[in-house]
Amino acid sequence: MERSLLVASTFCFLLGLAYTVYALRARHFRPSRFNLSAIFCGFVLQSAFLYLRGEKVRACPVTNLFEVLIFLSWSIVLLYLVVGPAYRLSLLGAFTSPMVFVFQLFALLAPIDRPAAPRAHHSSLLELHAALSVMAYGAFALGCVAGVMYLVQERQLKSHQLHSIFFHLPPIHDLAVAITRLLFAGFALLTVGLFAGFLVGVPMLKVVIGEAVWLAYAAILLGEWMKKISPRRFAVLAVAAFAFALVTLSGLNLLGGK
Amino acid sequence: MNIVCLGLSHRTASVEQREKFAIAESELGSAACRLSTTDGLGECVVISTCNRVEVYAAAPDAGFALAALRRFFAERATADDTAFYQADATESIRHLFRVVSGLESMVLGETEILGQVKKAYQAACDAGATGRHLNKFFQRAFNVAKEVRTKTNITRGSTSVGAVAVDLAEKIFGKLNSCKVMILGAGETSELTARALLSRGAHSIFVSNRSHDRAVALAAELGGRAIHFDKWHDELLPADILIGSTAAPHAIVTREKIAPVMRQRKDRPLFIIDLAVPRDVDPAVNEMDGVYLYDIDSLKAIAGQSLEVRRADLALCEQMIERHVAEFGVWLAKSHLPPLERGAHLAKRLAAS
Repeated sequence: MERSLLVASTFCFLLGLAYTVYALRARHFRPSRFNLSAIFCGFVLQSAFLYLRGEKVRACPVTNLFEVLIFLSWSIVLLYLVVGPAYRLSLLGAFTSPMVFVFQLFALLAPIDRPAAPRAHHSSLLELHAALSVMAYGAFALGCVAGVMYLVQERQLKSHQLHSIFFHLPPIHDLAVAITRLLFAGFALLTVGLFAGFLVGVPMLKVVIGEAVWLAYAAILLGEWMKKISPRRFAVLAVAAFAFALVTLSGLNLLGGK
Repeated sequence: MNIVCLGLSHRTASVEQREKFAIAESELGSAACRLSTTDGLGECVVISTCNRVEVYAAAPDAGFALAALRRFFAERATADDTAFYQADATESIRHLFRVVSGLESMVLGETEILGQVKKAYQAACDAGATGRHLNKFFQRAFNVAKEVRTKTNITRGSTSVGAVAVDLAEKIFGKLNSCKVMILGAGETSELTARALLSRGAHSIFVSNRSHDRAVALAAELGGRAIHFDKWHDELLPADILIGSTAAPHAIVTREKIAPVMRQRKDRPLFIIDLAVPRDVDPAVNEMDGVYLYDIDSLKAIAGQSLEVRRADLALCEQMIERHVAEFGVWLAKSHLPPLERGAHLAKRLAAS
């Protein structure tokens, strides 16, 4: 049942991906209700899966890499549904679907759904640490998507080659603002998550890895705040930092559990 | 019941001929009302824009209706018969669907015509000049226009240099409400472009020109401020959009002049529109982070590209229109049948499907 929900959810995101590819090939790229509906259905199915999994493990379902990837995908979609319309970034959905599809497909195909070792005691702080940290990664993922949109828009503006997608991307200035806000939101969530982890006493190596990601984003945001980096570099760094965060995420998981 | 159309447009008549037949917007309703009371004409809509004057009528006899419409035009002025076109049955349906979709416009795909036709139809409605047939006809036409606009690229991009510049500015800054514009060289093209930017919300115009008097005059016209030509780069910092159109024989906007300004601007982009030939801006400026430079050729190329994109979708638009023409033709053919026969037709269609 659980897995069927996830497969159905992944299929919804595949539909979103298919629409994006079709629209790009047909040079007829525009926000579509179809894409939003596919994302929303995928989100509902994801939520149902996570609820069932949470009931099963009697905890926030982030106990192994498989669950972390699904929870991360869920966070990305949740944030998209919240910030997408608010910042008129409707096309964020077209870029979000492919990313979420890849995460979920990998989670489904790779042999990573191994039961985690049972925990000695239940700690709500530990749950908070895990949930907030993964949600922070969700915000960083969306920042990365907005960064890619910025770079696509910037490239077209610089090269004077305006393709179909250009007319449907938000203004480049709005994208720069969206990246900043998403990264700040992720940074705030990660800060609280790490603090909760510090209080509960997670292993030192995990803290160090988490802090490395925290420091990377802190440096980027500080550079942006002090206006030391151009918006273009900021977008590149948002993409690069998320790639780094993803690597650390799998590294953290090798260390096991939460 | 037949739907007929008689009129003249930019394709068949010169502006001198069209202006003789033009009808003021405030008179469209009364003209339609007067026509609809003519013997043999039940329903009428009169459309008058700068590019066309057309009358649509629903009547049982097409020949009789067209003759009445010809008399209506003859009362207003005289013109060669070649200036007019007429259509009945399927042809008139196709014509209106093409007109509202922008396929008959001077600039392919322009959208202003839809609003103008809507106003003309509303005026006729308010004057009681329309009935069941024209109501259905015009409502269907508006649906066709909506479908064509949303499902094809027929309205994609802009087709004039000024409009392309404004579109690009909006793609860079979003709303132009907080944008400041600097004009270097008070030429006609730069003035038109500045006016287009102002109409979309830009404000605070600075004008700099070799002849300071001309700069003062243009600044006064645009509600801006004139600055001395040798001081323009000192005033560039607050500007978001720079329009260059001087007659200088060499580039006056260079990396060296822009670089210190960009350092102070931090993350605010700078959009430079170079309308001058020879160019006012060194092309190397476009390589700088946050600077977007467009010269007259690149703006013209984008305008041309938009037109090409629109033309490429022409066949698709026509396909959509043909489908609607056929569907509406079927409805019109059955509309004169008594209710019982209409019911029988519907039952037959349902059985067939």
